[in-house]
Amino acid sequence: MDFSIVAILAQDGVTSGAIYALLALALVLVFSVTRVIFIPQGEFVAFGALTLAAMQSNKFPQSATLLVGLGLLTFVVEMVANLRTAQKRRSAPRAIALALAKFVLFPLAIFFLTRSIASPALPLAWQVLLTLAIVIPMGPMVYRLAFQPLAEASTLVLLIVAVGVHFALTGLGLLMFGAEGSRTTPFSDARIEIGALAVTGQSIVIVGVSITLIIALYLYFERTLLGKALRATAVNRLGARLVGIGTTQAGRLAFVLAAAMGALCGVLIAPLTTVYYDSGFLIGLKGFVAAIIGGMSSYPAAAIGAILVGLLESYSSYWASAFKEVIVFTLIIPVLLWRSFTTVQVEEQE
Amino acid sequence: MRKFFLLFVVAVALLPILPTPEFWITLANYIGLYAIVALGVVLLTGVGGMISFGQAAFVGLGAYATAYLTTQFGISPWIGLLAGLLITAVAAFALGVITLRLSGHYLPLGTIAWGLSLFFLFGNLEFLGKYDGLNGIPPIKLFGIALDSGREIYFLIWLVVILSIIALQNLLNSRPGRAIRALKGGGMMAEAMGVNTAWMKIVVFVIAALLACVSGWLYAHLQRAVNPTPFGLNAGIEYLFMAVVGGAGYVWGAVLGATLLTLLKDQLQSILPALLGSNGNFEMIVFGIMMVLLLQRASDGLWPYLRQWFPKKPLALAPTAAAALARRARPASGAVVLEVDRVRKEFGGLLAVNDLVFDVCAGEIMGLIGPNGAGKSTMFNLITGVLPLTRGEVRFRDGAGLGRIDGLSARAIAKRGIGRTFQHVRLLAGMSVLENVAIGAHLRGTHGDLAGIFTSILRLNRTEEQRLLFEAKVQLERVGLGALLYEQAGSLALGQQRLLEIARALCCDPTLLLLDEPAAGLRYQEKQALAELLRKLKAEGMSILLVEHDMDFVMNLTDRLVVMEFGTLIAAGLPAEVQQNPAVVEAYLGGID
Repeated sequence: MDFSIVAILAQDGVTSGAIYALLALALVLVFSVTRVIFIPQGEFVAFGALTLAAMQSNKFPQSATLLVGLGLLTFVVEMVANLRTAQKRRSAPRAIALALAKFVLFPLAIFFLTRSIASPALPLAWQVLLTLAIVIPMGPMVYRLAFQPLAEASTLVLLIVAVGVHFALTGLGLLMFGAEGSRTTPFSDARIEIGALAVTGQSIVIVGVSITLIIALYLYFERTLLGKALRATAVNRLGARLVGIGTTQAGRLAFVLAAAMGALCGVLIAPLTTVYYDSGFLIGLKGFVAAIIGGMSSYPAAAIGAILVGLLESYSSYWASAFKEVIVFTLIIPVLLWRSFTTVQVEEQE
Repeated sequence: MRKFFLLFVVAVALLPILPTPEFWITLANYIGLYAIVALGVVLLTGVGGMISFGQAAFVGLGAYATAYLTTQFGISPWIGLLAGLLITAVAAFALGVITLRLSGHYLPLGTIAWGLSLFFLFGNLEFLGKYDGLNGIPPIKLFGIALDSGREIYFLIWLVVILSIIALQNLLNSRPGRAIRALKGGGMMAEAMGVNTAWMKIVVFVIAALLACVSGWLYAHLQRAVNPTPFGLNAGIEYLFMAVVGGAGYVWGAVLGATLLTLLKDQLQSILPALLGSNGNFEMIVFGIMMVLLLQRASDGLWPYLRQWFPKKPLALAPTAAAALARRARPASGAVVLEVDRVRKEFGGLLAVNDLVFDVCAGEIMGLIGPNGAGKSTMFNLITGVLPLTRGEVRFRDGAGLGRIDGLSARAIAKRGIGRTFQHVRLLAGMSVLENVAIGAHLRGTHGDLAGIFTSILRLNRTEEQRLLFEAKVQLERVGLGALLYEQAGSLALGQQRLLEIARALCCDPTLLLLDEPAAGLRYQEKQALAELLRKLKAEGMSILLVEHDMDFVMNLTDRLVVMEFGTLIAAGLPAEVQQNPAVVEAYLGGID
């Protein structure tokens, strides 16, 4: 193992670490705002990658159909919720009209836009934008359908629900994209030679996007009112509601951000590795390992953990490629051990 | 319920004797295998409140252990079972020690991680045949008969299911069982009653893993081949789903859930591909959506709906007579029992208890009063070991002298003879009044930590059980709840729940009783009765420290009073003196200036 191999492995590790960092941030965000351990995070990665891949291979991305389906379901649930109580019925026409626009008309517009313009000939930037427009709205819809009715349930119930959503979305992924994997064309063919190391353009794009997003999120949470409201919800749900922060809106927003980061990760890794309908799960779990290193609460620790996971994975794939996953997932045991000695136990009230 | 159980056993036994189609037997075999694992999940998740997605990995350990030993060394499958159980017990114990210390969600995340690790390990180890697995596993031999057809091994599988059900029901209806049932939502209370909750969690975790291991052993010898696929994370998730669908809080929920999900999966696997035009495990979609809907609409699973049809009988019955439990020696009347010496508690910048000094003597009722936020409950938590002290010492009578108890765990303090109640009632709403109170007598059981588990499973604990339940009944009669032994604790009025807590604390056989607002929520007559009870306890040599807001109650009952305001002691002495103390009057009514 000479220096050039070390350097290449380090580059690989940092690149995948950057992806895991984004996922870890999304997981920490969703958990702290809604207490949902968002297992289906990885499905958004797979949906993002496979939607883009479908466009590039001149197939209609079925995820657009799923978007319309989810939208219709959400609309029905919203309508029922609005008509159930007399108090809500008074404001129902307005609310229903809004829901119709958000959950039916918007997905349909995306659907037909995709139908008419999605093709390999479309510029890459437009393909990416279209992919994001298809996948991101699914985040808040999933929140509305699965999690919002259970907002007050315990973490453990929410976790089982999250696993249920993961099952359903993975199955739908298989239905939409088939069992074959896909890969997309890279964003950039540039290579920069630094000594013995050739840094690929793709890596630079990934690390760059990741750092930009982390800074943007930091500014959002530190400098904007909406971001601070999200943080307040994370600290104390009841308190936040008492000062007029809508915890439902906060939850929805967290899911928008999570879906966005997931889809973006999918778009970013699609050129690097072959993505299958169920690949997202493992990628998401590595984000989890990183998030757990950060104790599910600290953003910087989660980001550092992610780079660590990426490096560990890349070096272990060189030394013992068959045991790469074993090594990465076993890492969690010493981390948990360390966590168990540093966290204060708080009993969860029924 | 007993009739139902016999009916179930007969039905299970008849199924393969009747000319049932071979396919039904195959399905029933899988239902049995899944039910064994799901029973473990019920104990772990539904009863113990811990979630594991990694049970399939323990099934894999059991299957691979026997597969490897029987195919490579030609060893008997029974040795393979023992080896599997041993490996699983060690692995589960080690994982449990590491992950169970963590609260709530770390455990399931940890189980996902090692579930995946073991799966990839099975698939990559040369000697386990990598992803192809191991073939040519011999059948199990029982009394010289080789169980090599589905119809034959059926009997063994369902025998294991039935024995597991009996074992779990025996365990849950026992001293350690009540402690296990307290883990979910009552951990702090259980610790204050002397239960080692960390140990109980590990016990539950290991038992669930061992059940999974046995299922894996049966699976390997039924299939006669193993490969990693059925031991992956998805299988682990499905086991959890089975328990949740059936009803994770009920032993029978596991059997119901395993049956429903196995049949549903079988149906879906033939319907969905025809409907969707391609092959794949699309039943995942249905399972996932079903799970979400179920948890939104009926989070207790389906078993409660079926259970309505059976007559209900209380789990634990109090005997009419039993040998009394041993009691600890009482200190001589007037001797100092508790000494609080310059105790200080700071929460960050907030000074909650400021160098407090007081003592309690044997056979005395001491009142601790003060306006809201004065630090009374914090003081209670400092004495009982729920919160650590910042500075100072707490000493408690230990034989002839006084020994320091600050720094000890709540459990150790309970063991020395301090019983307590809680300001916010902490009881297990779903358990009967009698069972709730019996938790208080946990430390007075005769079987050890490990032996207690085995004797309970084998039902060798009857004498201990009778004595504990009799004690619980006696204490309940003493506080006036003798007519409500078999009611659900959650259905009592708040005042009665407070009395239940006193009975539970009395079951600890304490020399010092700490009562946090015992009269709150009681009606006038009930308060009179409570005062009468406390006086009687005092006459028997009990020392009582009491926080209370009802001034009439306090003034008439207590021998001495300590008054706190903002964490500081502002007055102490006889009730009549304290009542006249200008500082106390000002603290309660405000200054005149």
